[in-house]
Parts: sequence; structure tokens; C-alpha cells
Amino acid sequence: MPKVTIREERCKACGLCIHYCPKGVLGPSEKFNAKGYHPTEVKHPEKCIGCTICAQVCPDQVFEVYR
Amino acid sequence: MSTETMKKVYSIPESLRNRPHHYCPGCGHGIVLSIVGELVDELGVRDRAVGIAPVGCSVFLYEYYDFDCVQAAHGRAPAVATGLKRANPDLFVISYQGDGDLAAIGTAEIIHAANRSENFSTIFINNAIYGMTGGQMAPTTLLGQKSQTTPYGRNPNTDGFPVRVCELLNSLEGPYYLERVCVATPQDRVKAKKAIKKAFTYQLEGKGFSLVEVLSQCPTNWGMSVLDSVKWVKEVMAQTFPLGVFRDKGQQK
Repeated sequence: MPKVTIREERCKACGLCIHYCPKGVLGPSEKFNAKGYHPTEVKHPEKCIGCTICAQVCPDQVFEVYR
Repeated sequence: MSTETMKKVYSIPESLRNRPHHYCPGCGHGIVLSIVGELVDELGVRDRAVGIAPVGCSVFLYEYYDFDCVQAAHGRAPAVATGLKRANPDLFVISYQGDGDLAAIGTAEIIHAANRSENFSTIFINNAIYGMTGGQMAPTTLLGQKSQTTPYGRNPNTDGFPVRVCELLNSLEGPYYLERVCVATPQDRVKAKKAIKKAFTYQLEGKGFSLVEVLSQCPTNWGMSVLDSVKWVKEVMAQTFPLGVFRDKGQQK
């Protein structure tokens, strides 16, 4: 099953990945990271198709994608 | 399944150092940073690549790339690139400039470097505003656009008109490749990567000067949310700065 890993400490919560994810896998986390943002987290891992769109639109190199 | 047994389909480029950068949330600079890192890895030129950091938001470029970088004086990146490339033609020279740097203080340098068709690649980030200094009017600011120094919108009678760099350079004989792209959506990002790859390939083939203008969102200084700003790039900014290929001598018969 495809999988994304998230480097939460780098995330600035711009929301581009959440907006562009075609399957609605991602969402904002409840917790804060060290920068004070609510980082993106994987809400629905079972929906991920490993398309890498989140990694491509991310300005902060947060994602790595496995398939 | 553990990640060890899976195929990695997107990994963070090796040309990027593992350190967080200072760009605002949603900034297009970060996306172009990834694109350039990916391409330097793909083309296998990291050992001879030299990046040229301008003055502006991308001034700390040398902190983020894991290859050699030079920080040029304001607007003088094309002059430094010319020197590097002429002294050592084996180097792979990437000049990275913003609109305040390239289109304002460095207009003379870029025009003459393009006119001489110096063999290096320029990436020109156009966000229609001075980002680092806090949102003053840039030469590329759209008519009617509000900024710190044009609080009632840019007025052509007192502030002039937006400078279209690709169209300007297209009037010269020298440039080999000129294209304008944006990074507002994943599809545009693919096109932008293709354009930058073409520019890099032409440099490796020794063809001459190439410039890729990237329309980049600046949510902080435009006073918009990130999603509004990417929409604004596509719907408003692309009206003044039409996307497309302006010059590609490699495609001409």
C-alpha cells in the first residue's frame, strides 16, 4: 500500500498539500510543531495512491512517498 | 508494510541540505528550490554545479543547496555567472534571481548577458513585489496592485507600467531559450520542471543564454491566504504576464 512520510518539524502549514491531494488523505494536525504551526498529518492512510502530488507542491520538502 | 521494502517514488533531492528554510508558508521559492535540486540530481551535474544567489528573498540559497554557491551583489548575478562560465566553461552555472534583483537594479546586466548569449541558465522568480524588504512596489507590480509604496494601487502616470522581462529579452538576437511558467498548481509545476530542464540541457549542450521566468505566489506580501494567492497567479497575474514559450531556437528549423 502506498505510504507518505512527513517531516513534521519542517511543515509551515501552508495547506497546499491538503488542497491538492486528489484523495483527501491529508489534514491539519491538532498538535503544534516547534515552529508553532499545526503540521500536516496523514488522516486517511488507506486512501493514499502514492501519486506524489503532495511532495511536488510542498515548498518545504516535507514529504517522501513510497509505493 | 515497512518503508524498507517499498520503492521510494519521491525522495528529497540530494542536492538540498537537510535544513529548514526561511521562506514564508506557501512561497513559490520553496517549490522552485525543489525543482532545481531534483534536476541537478537527475542530470548528474552536482559536482560541477555553481548556484548564484541574488539579493532578495532567495539570498540564503547557498545555505540550502549542497553544491557550490556564490552570493552576488544586488542585480549582478549575470555578471558573476559570465565570469565563472568564461573562466571555467566546464562549470554548470545556475543564476537564480528575483524580480527586484533582475528587473530593477540588475536590468543592465541581464540585458547584456542575454545579448552576448552567455552560456548559463537564469531562473527568474517573478512575484510582482519586493518580498524581503516587506512588500514595496517592484517593476513587475501589476497596474492597480496595492503594495506598501503604492497604497492606492499602482498608477501608470506616476509609477510606470509592469516590466515584461521575457518579451523584453525576446527583442534581442542573443537568447537561445525564453519561457514563462508558474508553480501555482501541480500541473504547472510539471511544466515548470520541464522548462527548467530544457534550459539546463541547453546549457550542457553549450547553446547559449536561457531564461525561465517563474510566476511565484507571495501570500504574505499580497495579503492573501495561500490558496487565494495561487488562484490570483493563475487568474490575475497570468493576464499581464502570459505563460508560454517566447523563444526556443532548439525547436526552430
